[in-house]
Amino acid sequence: MDRVIQFSNVSLAIGGRHILDDINIDIARGEFVAIVGPSGCGKTTLLRLLAGLAAPSSGEILLDGTPVRAPRQDVAVVFQDYGKALLPWRTASGNIALALEAMNVPRDQWPARIAELLATMGLERDGDKRPGEMSGGMQQRLQIARCLAQQPGVLLMDEPFGALDAITRQLLQDEVLALAERTGMTVFFVTHDLEEAIYLGNRVVALNASPGRVARTFPIDLPHPRDQLSTREHPTFLELRHDLFSFIKGGTGK
Amino acid sequence: MNQAAPLRQPIRAARPLPVDLRPFLLPLAVVGLAEVMALLFVPADSFSLAAPHQIAVEFARMLVDGTFLVRTLETLGAAMAGLALGGLLGLAAGVMLGLSEAADKVTSMTVEVLRPMPPTALIPLSLLVFGFGLTMEIAIVAFTTIWPVLVLGRAAVRETEPRLMEVAKVLRMSFFRRLTRIVIPGAIPRIFVAFRLAAAIALIVSVTVEIVANPRGLGYGMMLSSQALRPATAFAFLVWIAIVGWGFNRVLILVERHLFGGLQGDAR
Ligand SMILES: Nc1ncnc2c1ncn2[C@@H]1O[C@H](COP(=O)(O)OP(=O)(O)OP(=O)(O)O)[C@@H](O)[C@H]1O
Ligand SMILES: [Mg+2]
Repeated sequence: MDRVIQFSNVSLAIGGRHILDDINIDIARGEFVAIVGPSGCGKTTLLRLLAGLAAPSSGEILLDGTPVRAPRQDVAVVFQDYGKALLPWRTASGNIALALEAMNVPRDQWPARIAELLATMGLERDGDKRPGEMSGGMQQRLQIARCLAQQPGVLLMDEPFGALDAITRQLLQDEVLALAERTGMTVFFVTHDLEEAIYLGNRVVALNASPGRVARTFPIDLPHPRDQLSTREHPTFLELRHDLFSFIKGGTGK
Repeated sequence: MNQAAPLRQPIRAARPLPVDLRPFLLPLAVVGLAEVMALLFVPADSFSLAAPHQIAVEFARMLVDGTFLVRTLETLGAAMAGLALGGLLGLAAGVMLGLSEAADKVTSMTVEVLRPMPPTALIPLSLLVFGFGLTMEIAIVAFTTIWPVLVLGRAAVRETEPRLMEVAKVLRMSFFRRLTRIVIPGAIPRIFVAFRLAAAIALIVSVTVEIVANPRGLGYGMMLSSQALRPATAFAFLVWIAIVGWGFNRVLILVERHLFGGLQGDAR
């Protein structure tokens, strides 16, 4: 297996409190892994460790075989609160330019790259809008477009669609799936929506709360490409849904 | 809808005048009253008070003969130069202290001690060091305007959205780029407010320094007329200084609206 991400015996304690305990997860290149678990179990914390925004108390996270010590440009992060993650004073194009500049892309290539990235996320007509003039869905598309400007090998997403309405959420789910398939990105997707996790993931990792531990891993054997109607009605989907729901219910009920 | 409109029309109040004159009622009344009082109680050659019409004549004279122009340029020049110097120093310090908690710990007590020092207290020392003239005035204005810009700039920088700083980390932006792409642009609307406050202070300090010590500008003009026992001239200066102060602030507000008017709403 071509391993991109490896959590080995990762633990994190803050002020004597165990937040994550002995996490072991291996993720293969191009895999789409969904992380689920009850609120406060440490999903965001796990993602931040992987992003290099925080360091574990013990254990190690390897990315392409090298330990994560700081953020890397080939690892992009989509934050849930798109309203805070975008520069409100810059246009959509300007927000993408922020990433292009950080990536040291020559300035004369910016217009073409920006146009291409905007088009990828269906924002071709919105380049001159400021985030404040865009809907939540558009803002989240913009944040994803900015992440794609990093040409990431790994995309980390923290409940990216949690604040969106159901229809926008489904549209974006399909777009992210298509994007992952096209680019071969590895996606680490945190969500509290179990159905979303099954719909998107090749694998769903369920965490336990206090301290956060890997409770169980569910391989998702659903055909690709996925489809909002047929996939969600697929017998395997329903079976997984049943298993995951009863597992989570049992796991947190204890 | 179409039918309701004509019905509603007559109910509406009379068409409002293009300019609302009500704010002018009070000053006009005061001036009128002063004129009457002066007529009754103040001799025309008084050394302490003057009638509004005498003030108006002096005002017109100094407006036309260039007195106001020259003295206003002197005062505004010193105020602006002092503001530029003090504002830039205050901004640089404010940004640095906003970014570095350690630097803030080291300096905060010093800042708190220096900040409330009255600008007039600096006049004797400043005279000693710089002598009379433009330099000492600029120095005092600069010293006074450092603080509001420093304190407000520091607060603005501290309130940079933490999520944006994380975005910067994920993008591995250099310190300089974080500063110029995220911290400063995010703080700019509030930095401008700080400069506007500092500008008002700069004008006050300039005029004060001129009245107390420095033989130049509007403050000195007013001081001279008072010493020459010409109340009408002194009053005319006073009115002019009020107009300059008001106009100055108006301009700054307009500039601020023009630059950030559309933005502040969705920025914060
Ligand atoms: N900087 C911190 N200092 C102290 N405790 C923290 C810190 N960050 C997170 N925690 C704690 O760690 C635990 C896990 O938080 P985390 O945000 O990772 O949970 P989560 O699974 O993402 O929850 P949610 O689904 O609500 O987003 C929580 O109990 C939280 O209080
Ligand atoms: Mg979270």
